[in-house]
Amino acid sequence: MAEAAANTPQLHAMGDRALVAEYGRALSVPINARVRAAAEHLLAHPLPGMTDVVPAFAALTVHFDPLLVAAHHRTADPVTAMRDALQHALAKAPDLPKRKARTVEIPVCYGGEFGEDLALVAQRSGLSEEDVVQVHSGTEYYVYTLGFLPGFAYLGGLDRRLVTPRLESPRKRVPAGSVGIGGDQTGVYPFETPGGWNLIGRTPIALFRFNEEAHAVIEPGDRVRFLAIGPRDFQALRDKR
Amino acid sequence: MGIQIEHPGLLSTLQDLGRTGLQHLGVPVNGAMDETSHRMANLLVGNAEEEATLEITLSGPRLHFQEDAVIAVCGANMAPMIDGEPLPMWRPVRVRAGVRLLFGRPQIGCRAYLAVAAGFDVPAVMGSRATAVRGAYGGFNGRALRKGDVLPLRSPEEAHTARWVGLLAHKQSRFAYPNWSVSRHKMPYRVVPQPLRILPGRHWQNFPVVMREQLVEAEYRVGNDSDRMGYRLSGPALDARRSHDVLSEGMVTGAVQVPPGGQPIILMADHQTTGGYPVIAVVIGVDLPVVAQLAPGDTLRFKLATQEESYAAAIAREQQLELVRQALAVRLR
Repeated sequence: MAEAAANTPQLHAMGDRALVAEYGRALSVPINARVRAAAEHLLAHPLPGMTDVVPAFAALTVHFDPLLVAAHHRTADPVTAMRDALQHALAKAPDLPKRKARTVEIPVCYGGEFGEDLALVAQRSGLSEEDVVQVHSGTEYYVYTLGFLPGFAYLGGLDRRLVTPRLESPRKRVPAGSVGIGGDQTGVYPFETPGGWNLIGRTPIALFRFNEEAHAVIEPGDRVRFLAIGPRDFQALRDKR
Repeated sequence: MGIQIEHPGLLSTLQDLGRTGLQHLGVPVNGAMDETSHRMANLLVGNAEEEATLEITLSGPRLHFQEDAVIAVCGANMAPMIDGEPLPMWRPVRVRAGVRLLFGRPQIGCRAYLAVAAGFDVPAVMGSRATAVRGAYGGFNGRALRKGDVLPLRSPEEAHTARWVGLLAHKQSRFAYPNWSVSRHKMPYRVVPQPLRILPGRHWQNFPVVMREQLVEAEYRVGNDSDRMGYRLSGPALDARRSHDVLSEGMVTGAVQVPPGGQPIILMADHQTTGGYPVIAVVIGVDLPVVAQLAPGDTLRFKLATQEESYAAAIAREQQLELVRQALAVRLR
């Protein structure tokens, strides 16, 4: 886990419209922190022609519009111009993100109609359903990155005992807020979608909001704890939404 | 008042140039699969290129116009008919309230784009009118059109469409159009399939030389399970075993991913923001409309290109669009 990040990231072209800055190849919190710091820096100081910044586990992808980059730098080689601009910008990025990571509590109603596969996960793990809930809600998870769906957080730290293979045939419809386990990962579906994870519970809170501004409740670098609640609290929190 | 959907077709969604700037929150870009046809259709009715158009896929809808409109259809030729008469594509057409526009099956291509002067009156969600079917937001109620829907149209400002209307109003028929259209050479794809130009991907070097050669020599078939998220190809398998395990990272539209089975997938407009399969190559931006117009069962080939060629092709496309823009300005003067 303590693998150090490369001092200067390696830059790779991803076709003609993106560059990837690779800070390492291992799943590691320090490497991920560098990636997040770099993304934060670029989002605060956008490069001309840049259209998107995607901080992932150990690499940062920077999307750009080649025509805008070419026009700004007066060049016929926008990829090289963007690579130079990015290299320069990343050299100035701090090693640690400025944003203070938070610990986010996600209330979850486990089992029953809220988590149809809880029994299956329990059976696989050899634990009782109560123990599965206790282990899952007793762990603190680290948010590496967002992806898959708006506001979907990739969490690290699932207890090995709860590792459960994905369903053989994915469900056509997983309700929004469902908490699942797929392989060695756990997470919350922010939207209704097809999905192949084992569903163990559901949260009544909206993890992604876009009424005024797009807002993800959980952000990379945060710690997540699941708080077991009953059906009555689920309904009460749901009504408050 | 607007356009009533009497039959939705296979998959008809509002799309625009996509929802950019929020990929760090996991928000996919979406947007028109064939950007060139989308932009051209908007251009022909005097809209900004960012305006939403209706993307029509493989099997066409039947639309009932409840009000007058100036429209243009570009992209795949799906034999559009207005009240039983062929509707010419790649030019502005004035239609009267009451007409029915029917699309059939594509003779060439896979996706047609319908632009309406002044645009569809749907709210922008997170800065875009593109439909995100997964997530169910944007476009028309966050979903594909259904029978009975009424797509609201924005009222054209008089000055905005006066020139178009003036051009076409002398005819009293139910629809009218000029005798000119966009030249065949300005269309985004050809009847004769072109090889897709690719650049080496992020993990190109991780694939053995024979595999890289195979990618450009072999013919691939577009699978039936291809959609707006990705085109699943079948052909000689690409051995990805020698490629190191990769952590998920930001993906780009046109990325040619190689999952463990070895059958490549080209990521398209609805792809997830991140992905974890090795990327052997990336289709250049200008050729994405060519991919978008391939239908399941079609075959394709790849051709290795350079960054210089990609940029030259991007400039050439902008010049083509600019020529159309200028020609239109002259015609409407």
